[in-house]
Amino acid sequence: MTADAPVISGSSVVKLARGVRLREDPVRGQMVLLAPERAMALDEIAVRIVQALDGERSLDRIAAGFAAEFDAPVAEIASDVKAFVQELAIRRMLEIVE
Amino acid sequence: MSDTLTVQTHAARDSLRIPPPMAMLAELTHRCPLACPYCSNPIELTRGNEELSTEEWIGVFRQAAALGVLHLHLSGGEPAARRDLVELTQAAASLGLYTNLITSGVGLTEARIGSLADAGLEHVQLSIQGVSPEGADRISGYKGGYERKIAVAGWTTDAGIPLTLNAVCHRQNMSEIDAMIDLAIRLKARRIEVATVQFHGWAERNKAALMPTREQVERASETVTKAREKYKGVLVIDYVPADYYSSYPKACMGGWGRVGLNVTPSGRVLPCHAAETIPSLSFETVRDCSLAEIWYESDAFNAYRGEDWMPEPCRSCERKKVDFGGCRCQAMALAGNARATDPVCIRSPLREHLTRETERLSATASTDLVYRGR
Repeated sequence: MTADAPVISGSSVVKLARGVRLREDPVRGQMVLLAPERAMALDEIAVRIVQALDGERSLDRIAAGFAAEFDAPVAEIASDVKAFVQELAIRRMLEIVE
Repeated sequence: MSDTLTVQTHAARDSLRIPPPMAMLAELTHRCPLACPYCSNPIELTRGNEELSTEEWIGVFRQAAALGVLHLHLSGGEPAARRDLVELTQAAASLGLYTNLITSGVGLTEARIGSLADAGLEHVQLSIQGVSPEGADRISGYKGGYERKIAVAGWTTDAGIPLTLNAVCHRQNMSEIDAMIDLAIRLKARRIEVATVQFHGWAERNKAALMPTREQVERASETVTKAREKYKGVLVIDYVPADYYSSYPKACMGGWGRVGLNVTPSGRVLPCHAAETIPSLSFETVRDCSLAEIWYESDAFNAYRGEDWMPEPCRSCERKKVDFGGCRCQAMALAGNARATDPVCIRSPLREHLTRETERLSATASTDLVYRGR
């Protein structure tokens, strides 16, 4: 049986898998990421990361964009983005484009 | 007049403490071509002509979305037995509900799965009863069922819909968990749910033939732990162990009236699918009351909310916020009292008796099954 676990790096290009979506939850006043049998409440930063996963830009490029926008150290942001995206990948919430 | 106002104020205050429901299980029908001996439907099945109409179901979905429900599970019986399944799916999806189909696969064709995908279906949970045609079809009581499921899995993933395999495990298939996980990989499922049989409804009648042995349960836990490591990031494995062999009860339904609700084919609203086994409770239907009234104010939903109903040893137990005292229907079935501590808890006075009884049942030689509805 072959089945390879996804490896996330700065050059990874990903997007939300089919069946995973971000939506507003007006009743509880939050943003939630919905997946099979899972609902994750996301804070503002996590929402921005999820919204940036467009299946076109690499994680490094996304991190560089945030670093410029928030005037923050790029290495730190890149490491946070990768850690968060790795968690989503383990939960099978992502499609790895490359 | 002032009395009414006081009552309303209390209701308003109480409703603030009760969280809105996250999930709703819509049992669209009890009709099903399969006859699984552990079916979770009640012994008294709802007839087809008592089922809610298309418009009634859509009205319930609309109320559920407004109430805060995020996940909608279209279930049964076999939901594909409803001719309006595509229409219901479309209505649910357009309300923003995360729409999941829980199916045996029988009644689905490639074309119908395509229509469901177009209607916005987001996830399919396909049941399997075993890993070989002979073994699986013997359990489901439906010849050809296994082959159909394999085809349905392919059509589902081809349509791009994420797939979960659902397997109920018991003494007669518990040694196949490894093979079930391999099957999930082969069928390109993203997730598998392996749940040990719960002894309510039809399963209660088949307890002696289905009760797993302690050795099986221990091996199953090891199998799952190893497979989770092996398939990390490839397959999500959710496993519900046998609570009869655990030290503490399961947090049934995430707590009574805390997370989810269940609507029966004729529109009765239940805190869990087995709640009708508790004779002291009566249940409102969506034909008589709004979903919000039932969730926040009905006696049945408030019966075991919070901690005030709890007896000792639960009331002073530090685990009461972890497992909420366990399963009320199991307390009813095993202790004859729905308020009792779940008898699987090591702090229950009934635990020793249950252990002896579990061992006796698991050592039964018979594998004869009583099939649902037959």
